[in-house]
Amino acid sequence: MTEKNQNTSTDNSPFGEARGTLDINTYLDQDEKKDLLRLLTAGSVDDGKSTLIGRLLFDSKKIYEDQLSALERDSKRVGHAGEEIDYALLLDGLKAEREQGITIDVAYRYFSTNKRKFIIADTPGHTQYTRNMVTGASTANLAIILIDATKGVITQTRRHTFLVSLLGIKHVVLAVNKMDLVNYDQKVFDEIVAEYKSFITQLDVPDVNFIPIAALKGENVVEPTTLMPWYHGPSMLEFLESVHISSDRNFGDMRFPVQYVLRPDLDFRGFSARVASGIIRKGEEIMVLPSRKTSKIKEIITYDGNLDEAFPPQSVTITLEDEIDISRGDMIVYPDNLPRVERHFESMLVWMDEKPMDPNVQLFIKHANNTTRVKFDQIKYKVDVNTLQKSSIDHFELNEIGRVVMTTNKAIFFDPYKKNRSTGSFILIDPISHNTVAVGMIIDKLNAEDLPSKIVDEKTLEANKSRIHRGECLVSDAQREKRYNQKGTTLWITGLHGSGKNELAFTLEKEMFDAGATVVLLDGSSIRSGLSNELDFSPADRAEHLRRVAHISKLLNDQGIITICSFISPDENIRKQVVQIIGEDRFKMIHMDATMEFCKKNKPELYEKFEEGLIANLPGADLQFTTPENPTLVLKPENRATNTKTILEYLADHKIFPII
Amino acid sequence: MTEYSLSHLKELEAEAIHIIREVAAEFENPVMLYSIGKDSSVMVRLAEKAFYPGKVPFPLMHIDSKWKFKEMVEFRDNYARENGWNLIVHSNMAAFEAGVGPFTHGSKVHTDVMKTQALLEGLNKYKFDAAFGGARRDEEKSRAKERIFSFRDKFHQWDPKNQRPELWDIYNARVHKGESIRVFPISNWTELDIWQYIRLEKIPIVPLYFAKERPCVNVDGNLIMVDDERMPKDIAEKAEMKMVRFRTLGCYPLTGAVESEADTIEKIVEEMMTVTVSERTTRVIDFDQDGSMEQKKREGYF
Ligand SMILES: Nc1nc2c(ncn2[C@@H]2O[C@H](COP(=O)(O)OP(=O)(O)O)[C@@H](O)[C@H]2O)c(=O)[nH]1
Ligand SMILES: [Mg+2]
Repeated sequence: MTEKNQNTSTDNSPFGEARGTLDINTYLDQDEKKDLLRLLTAGSVDDGKSTLIGRLLFDSKKIYEDQLSALERDSKRVGHAGEEIDYALLLDGLKAEREQGITIDVAYRYFSTNKRKFIIADTPGHTQYTRNMVTGASTANLAIILIDATKGVITQTRRHTFLVSLLGIKHVVLAVNKMDLVNYDQKVFDEIVAEYKSFITQLDVPDVNFIPIAALKGENVVEPTTLMPWYHGPSMLEFLESVHISSDRNFGDMRFPVQYVLRPDLDFRGFSARVASGIIRKGEEIMVLPSRKTSKIKEIITYDGNLDEAFPPQSVTITLEDEIDISRGDMIVYPDNLPRVERHFESMLVWMDEKPMDPNVQLFIKHANNTTRVKFDQIKYKVDVNTLQKSSIDHFELNEIGRVVMTTNKAIFFDPYKKNRSTGSFILIDPISHNTVAVGMIIDKLNAEDLPSKIVDEKTLEANKSRIHRGECLVSDAQREKRYNQKGTTLWITGLHGSGKNELAFTLEKEMFDAGATVVLLDGSSIRSGLSNELDFSPADRAEHLRRVAHISKLLNDQGIITICSFISPDENIRKQVVQIIGEDRFKMIHMDATMEFCKKNKPELYEKFEEGLIANLPGADLQFTTPENPTLVLKPENRATNTKTILEYLADHKIFPII
Repeated sequence: MTEYSLSHLKELEAEAIHIIREVAAEFENPVMLYSIGKDSSVMVRLAEKAFYPGKVPFPLMHIDSKWKFKEMVEFRDNYARENGWNLIVHSNMAAFEAGVGPFTHGSKVHTDVMKTQALLEGLNKYKFDAAFGGARRDEEKSRAKERIFSFRDKFHQWDPKNQRPELWDIYNARVHKGESIRVFPISNWTELDIWQYIRLEKIPIVPLYFAKERPCVNVDGNLIMVDDERMPKDIAEKAEMKMVRFRTLGCYPLTGAVESEADTIEKIVEEMMTVTVSERTTRVIDFDQDGSMEQKKREGYF
């Protein structure tokens, strides 16, 4: 502190204060070790944001003399500050902004002190600039939220605080400005603090601080206040210099999202990226997503020498012990700490484009060096940024924020944004304009309970009813039954992998065909190789897959054709929805009831793969298989000799086939 | 500082390497614009670091206005040769042959034709879809708002009112054919950071940055060095030997020197910390009109 005081009067040099009386080499050696704090300033118009930043820059002697003289000239011309120098002019750079007297974009400012380097993101305050604030907040460690002491906590204060917490900023300073206008009165300050505290506790900000200042006078900005003896905390700058931020990063979950594959020659294959989180160590066993292949870290390479470990936000290149095929967008992790590997997730979205969202249009999502297509499944709600009230809407307009359910074309590797800013954030790009139209913070994968709801396409059905006018059919059901001598029916065979369900289906098809039935067999491989080829084995995709199967079967049944559908369909809920689509009276559930032992013996490779961790979502193993509630028939694989006969007898008894 | 934290310079370095790799990964035909200045020298070193132990996978391009200091051109050619760079040098030859120069046409026309036009010509000629520049946000007011991935339309124009949102470290690299992106990997570096980095990394820079006795003339308050015989005689005559150095480098008739004794990086930094004039004032072109840099940038100048 004494050093600082000595130097305030030395000269006008931009770095004078920071340098102190040190010799230049010592100074440079010390400067080299300083860390970096990125901060955001938010406040509504005229709260004094630009003035505060100007002060921080000016008082830490970073304003160059020529900029200052230009400033004095400019203040006389377009200044809004009357007699005093208008510090805001230093900052509001672009012409349009000067003319309007407001900051319209994000501007970045730089200054340094003895202890730290600072990058300030200066963003405007109006609602229509929510996107700018969100932009500034995305890289900030800390936010200064300004309040005009004469106005207290206002709507804007709440909005700014909400946005700051949404973007995951861990440190907030409430700067109560213009204390000079309230006679530096403690009571005013205390009331504002109390009101703000009661509000911010609803939000998720771990570190909240309160500092009274008068930016215009420089009071409590750099030097501790003398006019507010009741305040015992640090000045604004002292606080910024000392706040502890290095533990804010996620060092626990190692994520290395491959950015660039380095192949200078055939013998070298390096994988370059920034460590997104966690600590990557030489010699550790790793797993590559999505291939799930494992290997060990051979080297961590940098131009300045190899490392034993690397941590965020370092940019390094690694090599592996084994030759594995890895490309940009793959993620290297530790096998005992995997991110979510999903195509369906919920997130908070901020709409950034002038053009409103069209929820039916697919966009590009860029996430952790991966780009794929994405569609919106559902908009859960919109948050009013001023009141925090939730309401339901069907699309977003510029600056609107809300919660959505999304599905990507291929699986992405993510963590919830709250846990991991790097692997929980994404941008959405319009495929035609190429603009960044929205940004998002992933909340988590979709709750299991929410998944099957996808299959109920009530919305489409409703829409179809009103929009699609089917032609009048000239062939009656009776005519079809007479022609085929059968009733259009779905024989749905459910059972675990290896239960013998497919064998049954194929034998049944053959026997029915030979007996003169008109029959179509639908099974997993035939549908998945074509119609459902973009879907995976996650619960939600299984649901979508089965929805398609159900509709095909329904169409065929409508034409009088019998379908044999052989699908594991592990979820009773989904089966029920399949029944709804096809129609209860013509849906016959056949349960191939095999024990797990039987299945494992029948399909050992598959279950071994699961045990080795190479596949996931295996029904009966890590995915629950629920026994059908009211099956038409329950068959045992042990009775394979008589199983088809049982079915044929049932069909004949119930006059499904043959009718006569 | 705890064990797992980086110094500000290492953090800025990691950020720049990430940006440079992203461009190499996302674009088909990027180029790094190399001005021979100190910021460019730092940027090239960062590119070398980004692809180590491989080579930088894109070319460097120098837009030669034909009025650069002799020492700059010498430095460029030696350094490119020693380091095996893939260096393209491009000039507006038509205008050069027609005799365009700062003394005959004035600084505005010269800059427009030999720098801005030449740059656009070079970018079009090789169909580059991304161009790295060594600009820093602390240099000039309008730059403080420019994105790191800065979109340019088919005519290479920048629209400050219509910039893409840029969040976290996720960069939108999508462009249509003919459009391009200017990329500024050292956006967040300050002048001091640059000097500090040059010092720590021992990056070679053009000797003009260091003080030496040089023949100079005072032209309207700017110390202009007599670098070759193209300087009009009546001005050149008035030259005196002065101990000077340059804070920025460009066309010799348009770049003012400062009187200085600083002949090492440490002395330069020391001088910088006591000097009271910001970097860009020694560039004559800035005096044209208020908001002039913003104007130039809109037109495609860096
Ligand atoms: N009395 C008083 N006025 C201030 C103070 N801080 C800023 N102002 C004035 O408030 C007005 C708005 O300041 P400005 O920094 O442009 O606010 P911004 O819109 O938040 O950037 C200007 O006229 C400032 O001079 C302060 O501490 N006390
Ligand atoms: Mg302002």
